[in-house]
Amino acid sequence: MIETQVLVVGGGATGVGVARDAALRGLRVVLVERHDLAEGTTGRFHGLLHSGGRYVVKDPRSARECMDENRILRRIAAHCIEDTGGLFVCTPGDDEEYADGFVAACAEAGIEAEEIGAAEALRREPRLHPGLARAFSVPDAAVDTWRLVGACADDVERRGGTVLRRHEVVSLIVEADAVRGALVRDARSGDEVEVRAEMTVSATGAWAGQLAAMAGCDVHVRGGRGIMVALNHRLTHAVVNRCRMPSDSDILVPAHTVCVLGTTDVSTDDPDDTAVPADEVRQMLADGSEMVPHIRAARVLRAWAGIRPLYSEGDTGAATRDLTRDLTLLDHREREGVGGFLTITGGKLTTFRLMAEVTVDAVCEHLGVDAPCTTADELLPGSGDGHLLTVGERLAERERNLHDEQIVCECELVTRGMLLDAAATRPVVSLDDLRRATRLGMGPCQGGFCIPRAAGLLAAAGAMDAPAVNAAVRAFVEERWKGGWPILEGRQARQMRLDDWMFHGALDIDHLPG
Amino acid sequence: MSVDIRGSLDNCVKCTICETFCPVAQATPLFPGPKYAGPQSERYREPGTSVDASLDYCSGCGICTQVCPQGVDIAEINARARAQMRTERGMPLRDRLIARPTLLGRLAQPVAPVANAVMRTGLARRAAESALGIHRDAALPSFSARTLQSRARRRRRPGGAGRTVVYFHGCAANYNEPDVGMMAIEVLEHNGFEVIVPPQGCCGLPLQSNGNFGPARSHTRELVSRLAPLARDGHMIVANSTSCGLMLKREAREILGIDDPDLALVGERMFDICELLRDLHDAGELRTDFHPLPMRVPYHQPCQGRGHGFGKPALDLLRLIPELEVIETDRECCGVAGTYGLKKEKYEIAMRVGASLFADIAEARADCTACDSETCRWHIAKATGVPALHPLELLHRAYRLS
Ligand SMILES: Cc1cc2nc3c(=O)[nH]c(=O)nc-3n(C[C@H](O)[C@H](O)[C@H](O)COP(=O)(O)OP(=O)(O)OC[C@H]3O[C@@H](n4cnc5c(N)ncnc54)[C@H](O)[C@@H]3O)c2cc1C
Ligand code: SF4
Ligand code: SF4
Ligand code: SF4
Repeated sequence: MIETQVLVVGGGATGVGVARDAALRGLRVVLVERHDLAEGTTGRFHGLLHSGGRYVVKDPRSARECMDENRILRRIAAHCIEDTGGLFVCTPGDDEEYADGFVAACAEAGIEAEEIGAAEALRREPRLHPGLARAFSVPDAAVDTWRLVGACADDVERRGGTVLRRHEVVSLIVEADAVRGALVRDARSGDEVEVRAEMTVSATGAWAGQLAAMAGCDVHVRGGRGIMVALNHRLTHAVVNRCRMPSDSDILVPAHTVCVLGTTDVSTDDPDDTAVPADEVRQMLADGSEMVPHIRAARVLRAWAGIRPLYSEGDTGAATRDLTRDLTLLDHREREGVGGFLTITGGKLTTFRLMAEVTVDAVCEHLGVDAPCTTADELLPGSGDGHLLTVGERLAERERNLHDEQIVCECELVTRGMLLDAAATRPVVSLDDLRRATRLGMGPCQGGFCIPRAAGLLAAAGAMDAPAVNAAVRAFVEERWKGGWPILEGRQARQMRLDDWMFHGALDIDHLPG
Repeated sequence: MSVDIRGSLDNCVKCTICETFCPVAQATPLFPGPKYAGPQSERYREPGTSVDASLDYCSGCGICTQVCPQGVDIAEINARARAQMRTERGMPLRDRLIARPTLLGRLAQPVAPVANAVMRTGLARRAAESALGIHRDAALPSFSARTLQSRARRRRRPGGAGRTVVYFHGCAANYNEPDVGMMAIEVLEHNGFEVIVPPQGCCGLPLQSNGNFGPARSHTRELVSRLAPLARDGHMIVANSTSCGLMLKREAREILGIDDPDLALVGERMFDICELLRDLHDAGELRTDFHPLPMRVPYHQPCQGRGHGFGKPALDLLRLIPELEVIETDRECCGVAGTYGLKKEKYEIAMRVGASLFADIAEARADCTACDSETCRWHIAKATGVPALHPLELLHRAYRLS
């Protein structure tokens, strides 16, 4: 049995944010995540650190929150943020009246938007549609979600908190009208542990309904499924938004070496519904090429989907796109008379810190603790020197140790040292765990060359035994195919065919022991 | 629309074929190879963030692009990235000097005998090495007291020629090897051409290969403005230097990104001199009154020659000469790659790249070697001690002209 003050369920951005905030206020905290950190929506999102521009016309409050948090995160999480800047562009046929409203709303919300004109936009980003009518710059940025979540989790541990990956809450402990912790199952050993806590916070995103039900509470999260596609290289170096009422396929976000086009919004009640319909992909590429015509000719690496945890009280069945992106904190004592239990949902990755602040304020009130929030000022580990992330930083690092370090993943420049380090500092059950930690296998060849190499290294280093590593290779290949099927065309099809031949024809992975 | 060089990286399937062919990667660990420097690193580049100085070890020979089975413009990606790096980090004086053969030519030509004598002294070479970074043992051309332009202007033209051709001699034939230029003219005239030698400057290739794109573009444009009117009049243009011909055929558009109808026209009408003569022979119109030349000659095709994709026309021509034993060397590169092998930090690499070619030549106990590109010839001759000739010089000799 483990005893703590605060139990946080869910290791997405929201959960690690809450745990960090609690740890900073001196609370004893345990976080449990059934999979790996950021394996839920947080690892399946678009990558945009919003300036708020996207919501400013429809949801100015949300927009203002984004802008504030954007400023804070650049400071406290510098190494996770790339200052790409963002553009809002009116492509031919877009309603220019929206643009006028956009400028006014940005001014109102304190978002620094500047009209730069079509010519300047094309100078900065030559691959934009040459027929742009207007263009505005905003302080959008790109955020590396795995780094951000990893840094928060590190900070929790550094400050005495506990982070349990691969631990699933199978039931909540409910005693005398209050939640007193949870029964947690270790996915690897199958062992169950009781974690007793004075307060339990559900930060389970789209799965919040399932967790609340364990305490007999009713939380109806509306899932909004969005698909995204990664293109093989950056077509633009700035975030590009279409200047119109938010809609499908109207944002292109540079993310390290690739750029990601998204997204869609389809209502779903199943939080595990991450299917990627091929026709949605085709439609998205066609729509996206209205902003950046090169998208039509670009190589598509893979596609995936994430589920937005959207919440509206007394939900009336409005389209998920029209639901607020605002955060929602539910205190189940006030709602259902169940004490010791909070649910935090809704919101965005951009506002995860604010969501945590609001939540831990409530936790402190419950516990009768008087401790102010300091997360807006305390720097995250790794961001110390204030250097923002840059796309070239890995190449620069390789340049410094070109002759000493073996490169395992050529596309994403992952070295042997990086891989073995990552394996040594976390429980590795899949190669995907290492992918999230290092970007292994995320490049053009989608693991064709580096996965066999990595498997050999991991086995040799004793991080996994041979049968486990074989099984992990099979699982990785299967998972990559899932992301590959909907886009199996053109040059990526050629690559996948070559990979397939290497994995099945040359290595015969289906018949390796394990 | 200009060619999407960066976009071609999307074609890469990581097969590594380019790596196994890159002569520089084989010769030195300092260069991480074409796949790494090209399609891989390019994904990490954005304006203002040149971080991979190792890229500069790419010699620009273009072999990687030729062998890539997927159509990645690897050498072109590298060339552009190098130019970007030079813009950001500045350009050494040396690279600015050696990239301007016309300027050097104009400076040296009036004092040619003195300049040549001085540059042959060890003292001057050591000074040039420490002050400028030009390796003391690298092959430098000597300067001629009279340019090809002035000699061509004064020559007697044979009357009654039926067809005309514009001769694009390039910098080397003008300032360093006017004899070769004259021989080219005479071979053409022998085959019934009236040869027009318009005033002309540098094509911009040395500037381009040193990553100095702005001035390179002005040189190209200036040259094109002189050649385009002649091309519009229907004249063919014939280039003496394979690399300079290729510059106008393709590289100025693909690497410098010059999108200009005049350049396109000049490129279309541009022939390498051996290509033209070989085509003439294929049409049964080349004079074959060759006298025997009882010699052993290894022939090395420069890499830029392969970039034309026209086979090995020089080899086809040399094989027409009775009793000439032509040995086809099958080495990728001699190492010098234009101005690359002149540089202090790259000379040794260039020598290692060329080592197998030099060994072939030594083993052949040859009278001379043949190669179409001037910088290659100077480099090969210096490295082997065996004279290196343009294939035209052999044709000229076999025709017994002048
Ligand atoms: C398509 C799409 C694009 C988006 N784009 C952006 C964007 O560009 N910018 C932005 O700011 N926001 C964006 N968002 C929103 C943002 O991704 C989410 O708001 C945010 O990631 C939610 O994080 P979370 O921690 O609340 O949820 P999650 O990341 O889903 O975390 C919940 C975690 O709880 C765990 N869990 C569930 N049940 C249990 C249990 N019983 N026991 C243990 N663990 C459990 C899950 O495994 C999961 O890891 C996007 C969302 C989507 C869907
Ligand atoms: S251009 Fe030549 S030296 Fe440069 S990468 Fe290609 S093959 Fe190697
Ligand atoms: S040869 Fe072409 S496809 Fe193969 S690795 Fe090199 S660039 Fe990529
Ligand atoms: S120097 Fe000669 S052989 Fe070498 S790279 Fe060039 S043209 Fe090729």
